[in-house]
Amino acid sequence: MIKLYDYILSGSCYKVRLMLNILNIEYEVVPVDFYPGLEHKKPEMLALNPLGQLPVMVDGDLVLRDAQSILVYLASKFDDSNSWFPDDAAARGQVAMWTAFGGGEIMAASAARLHDVLNYPFDIDQQRKSAHAAFVILDDHIAEQEIMGLDWLAGGAPTIADIACFPYVSLSEDGGISREEYPAIERWLRRFMDIPGFIDMPGVLQHWRN
Amino acid sequence: MTQIDSTTLNQWYVIQSSAALTPSQPRKTRLLGRDILAVRQEDGQATAWEVSTKGEQGQALPVRECYDYVWTTLGEPDGDIFSMPEFYEDGRRMVVCGIATVQTSPGRIIENFLDMSHFPFVHTDVLGAEPDTEVNNYKVNLRKDVNELWATECGFYQPKAMASATEGIEVDYQYRVANPFAAILYKTCPDRADAMDLVGILPQPLDETNCDIHYFMLVFDDVNSDQELIQFQQGILMQDRVILENQRPRELPLQRGAEITIRADAASIQYRRWIKEMGVGFGTL
Ligand SMILES: N[C@@H](CCC(=O)N[C@@H](CS)C(=O)NCC(=O)O)C(=O)O
Ligand SMILES: [Fe+2]
Repeated sequence: MIKLYDYILSGSCYKVRLMLNILNIEYEVVPVDFYPGLEHKKPEMLALNPLGQLPVMVDGDLVLRDAQSILVYLASKFDDSNSWFPDDAAARGQVAMWTAFGGGEIMAASAARLHDVLNYPFDIDQQRKSAHAAFVILDDHIAEQEIMGLDWLAGGAPTIADIACFPYVSLSEDGGISREEYPAIERWLRRFMDIPGFIDMPGVLQHWRN
Repeated sequence: MTQIDSTTLNQWYVIQSSAALTPSQPRKTRLLGRDILAVRQEDGQATAWEVSTKGEQGQALPVRECYDYVWTTLGEPDGDIFSMPEFYEDGRRMVVCGIATVQTSPGRIIENFLDMSHFPFVHTDVLGAEPDTEVNNYKVNLRKDVNELWATECGFYQPKAMASATEGIEVDYQYRVANPFAAILYKTCPDRADAMDLVGILPQPLDETNCDIHYFMLVFDDVNSDQELIQFQQGILMQDRVILENQRPRELPLQRGAEITIRADAASIQYRRWIKEMGVGFGTL
């Protein structure tokens, strides 16, 4: 069975949990003492991921790190509809582009959250500024897509790109990043939560209800 | 900051877990607006002192180690740290869950902890679920002999009451507020009908509107690893954090007209009255 080395408050692990649940894949959770134990920095976990980060997925002999790579793997292997990681070359390119955005620029919002919630020594102003810069780009993109009649980041159906971007955008307020100025993002988040198989993580729905 | 009232000053506060304070990991933190440093000496002794604004070592502080935590005070407590006999019971596991940093006052934290009516809406499908949103008529009483506030006979339907729960159960709750800024919850243990599990929260007030919440579980559980229990509880606290940080004012209102308490429940009203009578001004309005 697929094993997910997981931490409940990690938005990156949440990306993988979302995909597993949406595709209805059975899996086993190995809870890692990320905080306060910093187990992801200990030899046993470093052997699985020398970067000392979560998530890590193990399927048989295959060990994968990085949420985005794991999404690619899971969608390629288990999505019979081929919609989450489409075959078409141009479509796949766009999916990869916005998936990378989720693992890249958007992660400034993750850093801000780690600073505020778990006291990580980051430059909070800089991280928030970078996150806002990424949100502006995302908000513009979603609005453009909507004008074209497309509800999702890389087309007319949700893909792994939406999954890669959802967690840290929806949790941004944990890191003091307000989304008041991003109406298109808010509409997209709302649509995302209606995807069959959607699951919550602590913080996501509470922010929403506020 | 205005002068700190003596009730607040004369309490014991947790500043770190015993396990996390090692000779190589001192904790530089704040308590009631003052900078302090906790250090575990090479001989195993836990020590703490104030740090001046210039960063110089100031007055040494009294330190106790109790319930797997390191405690200190800036005042002169009347007595010992509150008693928690369950800590010494055979078969119980003490699970220290870490620290959650929350931008709010300690009073808001305790009040939210006491308030069961938020379960279905905040901890949906875990500690509560719609449409079972009814909180039954529980009793709140002040135990004058020990000066503790208790809420008893709180019953609630919970889909996943504890990490070890596999199905929904009707859960019995009791709350104990052992001092203005320390609260313990006793709830039906899913594994043992005759016993109760404990969840405790010990906010360390950094200043009037910032706290590091130390929290723990003291449970009978042969099924879950510490890690499963910790992540369950961290998840719950993270949901509360959102609610707490959105409350305005961040201080706990104790004055008439300071806040329209639309749906403040009995426990919350008694808590506010109780700490007001004790003269708690810190983190309140
Ligand atoms: N590129 C990785 C980054 C994941 C990541 O940042 N994980 C966090 C937890 S949410 C982590 O393990 N941080 C520890 C560290 O970077 O030292 C991914 O997308 O999976
Ligand atoms: Fe709560």
